[in-house]
Amino acid sequence: MSGSDALAPLALAGRQFRSRLLLGTGGIPNLAVLERVLEASGAEVATVALRRVDPEARGSILDVLARHRVEVLPNTAGCYTAAEAVLTAQLAREALGTDWVKLEVVADDRTLLPDPLELLEAAEQLCALGFLVLPYTTDDPVLARHLEQVGCAAVMPLGAPIGSGLGIRNPHNIELIVEQARVPVVLDAGIGTASDAALALELGCDAVLVASAITRAEDPPAMAAAMRRAVEAGYLARRAGRIPPRTLARASSPRTGLARLA
Amino acid sequence: MTASVNGQRRELPAGTTLGALVDQLAGRRAGVAVALNRQVVPRAAWDVTLVGPDDQVELLSAVAGG
Repeated sequence: MSGSDALAPLALAGRQFRSRLLLGTGGIPNLAVLERVLEASGAEVATVALRRVDPEARGSILDVLARHRVEVLPNTAGCYTAAEAVLTAQLAREALGTDWVKLEVVADDRTLLPDPLELLEAAEQLCALGFLVLPYTTDDPVLARHLEQVGCAAVMPLGAPIGSGLGIRNPHNIELIVEQARVPVVLDAGIGTASDAALALELGCDAVLVASAITRAEDPPAMAAAMRRAVEAGYLARRAGRIPPRTLARASSPRTGLARLA
Repeated sequence: MTASVNGQRRELPAGTTLGALVDQLAGRRAGVAVALNRQVVPRAAWDVTLVGPDDQVELLSAVAGG
């Protein structure tokens, strides 16, 4: 593609990516499906979680991601306090040799909503330790600003609770976050289907991170392909400049030269 | 000597190193991290770090998630 339909690269945490779709691997049925999802999605960044070594495990997700030259983004899922999250990030750095961390510090199991106080504390500590911190946050513009101020490499506001598929519940807040941010904004969580991902980009987000909507779809590779196109369409639409919404009609056919037929 | 390894009490011979535990349970060292009593132990120190009585060892690796 060239000219007006060119997709500019995404600059994220010191790297450049062609794809604006980041893949969350949680919920993927198996590594064979992951391979097909990676191909269909075109994703160049994928999340992983750290869990106790399973001596029975066959095949490593890291081998699959390496084969597809995908950047590994470890998360701190399952952490409820800043202390747990910081230790988990340090373990991820040791295991995977990356300074990147998708910082998740949630308040409770029912909503999995970020705990703002613990999140900000963890973000500040991890930035000071030299991590490139990508925090999963609420759609609160003030918290997003604080996260940026302590040095986060991006902010990743939710559209709706993790795994809910409820879409972007407060588009206005996402727009406010985009308007003020000087770091990339990645919509994370809540995406249910392709139109939600397109909307995120139309609102001005730089990228989206999609997990459950792809991995738990009836046909994950097919949904990955849909998300890829939705993200591209949303990005191009944002750059194309949409018409302002109006309350009443505005004729698109000319008024002049109209025959008298009445 | 017993220690907790990934949440399970294990009887370990005296002189067991973290490196030996990783080799035994993970089968490979790449992609693995070790916490000893809630502190990260860099891989360069695994072979010279002994597991002591009642230590808590966590051996972690990447899985699908997030």
